[in-house]
Amino acid sequence: MDFAFQAEGLVKRFGKKTALSGLDLAATAGTVLGVLGPNGAGKTTAIRILATLMRPDEGRAVVGGFDVVTHPSRVRRLIGLTGQYATVDEELTAFENLVMVGQLLDMRKAEAGSRADELLRQFDLQEAGKQRASVLSGGMRRRLDLAVSLVGRPQIVFLDEPTTGLDPGRREDLWRLVRTMTAEGVTVLLTTQYLEEADALADHICVIDEGRAIADGTPADLKQIVGGQAIVVRPVDPQQTDVAVDVLEQVAGRRAEPVDRGVVTVPVDDDRVLPEVIQRLAAADIRLAEFSLRLPSLDEAFFALTGRSKEARR
Amino acid sequence: MTTTAETSRSRPLGLVRHSAVLAKRSLVKTKRSPGYLINGVMTPVIFLVLFLYLFGGAVSGSTDSYLQYLFPGILVMTTSLSGMLATGLNLNIDVKKGIFDRFRSLPIDRAAPLLGSVAADVVRYVVAVVILFGIGYALGFRVQSDPLSTLAAVMLAVVFGFCLSWVTVFLGVLVRDEGAVLAFSFVAFLPLVLGTSLSAPVDTLPGWLRAWANVNPVTHAMDACRALLNGGAVGDTVTQTLIWSAVLLVIFCPLAVLAYQRRE
Repeated sequence: MDFAFQAEGLVKRFGKKTALSGLDLAATAGTVLGVLGPNGAGKTTAIRILATLMRPDEGRAVVGGFDVVTHPSRVRRLIGLTGQYATVDEELTAFENLVMVGQLLDMRKAEAGSRADELLRQFDLQEAGKQRASVLSGGMRRRLDLAVSLVGRPQIVFLDEPTTGLDPGRREDLWRLVRTMTAEGVTVLLTTQYLEEADALADHICVIDEGRAIADGTPADLKQIVGGQAIVVRPVDPQQTDVAVDVLEQVAGRRAEPVDRGVVTVPVDDDRVLPEVIQRLAAADIRLAEFSLRLPSLDEAFFALTGRSKEARR
Repeated sequence: MTTTAETSRSRPLGLVRHSAVLAKRSLVKTKRSPGYLINGVMTPVIFLVLFLYLFGGAVSGSTDSYLQYLFPGILVMTTSLSGMLATGLNLNIDVKKGIFDRFRSLPIDRAAPLLGSVAADVVRYVVAVVILFGIGYALGFRVQSDPLSTLAAVMLAVVFGFCLSWVTVFLGVLVRDEGAVLAFSFVAFLPLVLGTSLSAPVDTLPGWLRAWANVNPVTHAMDACRALLNGGAVGDTVTQTLIWSAVLLVIFCPLAVLAYQRRE
């Protein structure tokens, strides 16, 4: 297969702490690889190694056909990087940030200027063009950061938690931009803490925990393991939580988990069980304060994948 | 997507061009928030005024003749101080803010961000020196030598500040905490700049301080500038200053680039 990037057995230690303990990652050209994991799982370290900002202690990584350790400058010509926090110069305007990076990529000033205008349009940042980055809203700054990483039309883009801290509307804006990029044939590595985000964008998902992959597959594969969706129920009377757990387990045939403050969730394959759940809850005389169907959270996915709850992982 | 960016554009002198782009960035920032520049000029000016009116009468008999003695030393203080305080601090802040991650993920020479920053400093020194000369003239300082010697004095002070700044560039990249960079620069500043011929001739100092002042490269730079501006005998002071500058540069420039490359 033709991999846009491929990492094998990456190990990285910081003093006594092991950030990566033998991580394998790979993405075929033109696809989106979602790397899903909680804080501290090693997502950022993996991206920093692939983006040549850090050397692995063990293992090797090849990006666009070049080894990141032996040919870092060849790799840098192919990649764009968007960090967890916006890596733009706050005292420069959006336009100046884009032009500066264009010039550092050996564009002539006029060329860098027209590329900057083009990106400001594409990312809906025309108004921000003349404003300093420090006064932009969180969402605009993320968009600017993404725009800056695309100045040189990279073939491979690394996005490190691009939507963390954004409100839902802004998050979907950013998703749209990522889809535009992939439509143009760019390979994307996206790290995220949200299952929903990986499901929305990724062709392939790698779930990592404590520096190694614990699950790997297409979103559909993962849903098979984790359960495609989850029913969330909160009885009006918290005393009835146990009864609700029984009902949900009987209908779904999976273990239901009381989350907190009288909320119960259970993974289900699809929405076909909903009417039965409602009927059975009504028959048990349980009044509901909340009832919804949603994708499982990362915690629930981990629970399903590792059998360990969040508390047990710590 | 058959070929890479490498084939489409390949322009020569990458390091110089990239450093210039980054120097321009640094100067735009100074223009928008000139606090550091003003601070870098005002500190020496405060010393100038303070020393002039506190010690002028005692050291030289009058403030007028003391100003002629004091001013060249303040000139060197200005460039040394800017080099010691601003450069390392700016770089340290850049590294922490993540913008250096951006630079490091670009296909540019790793020395370019450092060179750009230091090159912008040289422009800032020149601006600071021009302001300082204006204030000096307002207070009554007059160059006693010719324009060529004046230019030589200014260039010597700038070159010395430039070479000294690599020490703090090294620290700024090496140390994680900007408070530590500031603290070090400030502690080093006192003996380095004040333990010199700045306020009084070295032979009037007590033995231990004279011994320090005599080996301190800042003393040589101050003596050289004093001779060049006041028309005295230059002796080997210029040579000594240039040798010291070269030594600082040769040691700390590669160290700074190395520390920057190794930083993760």
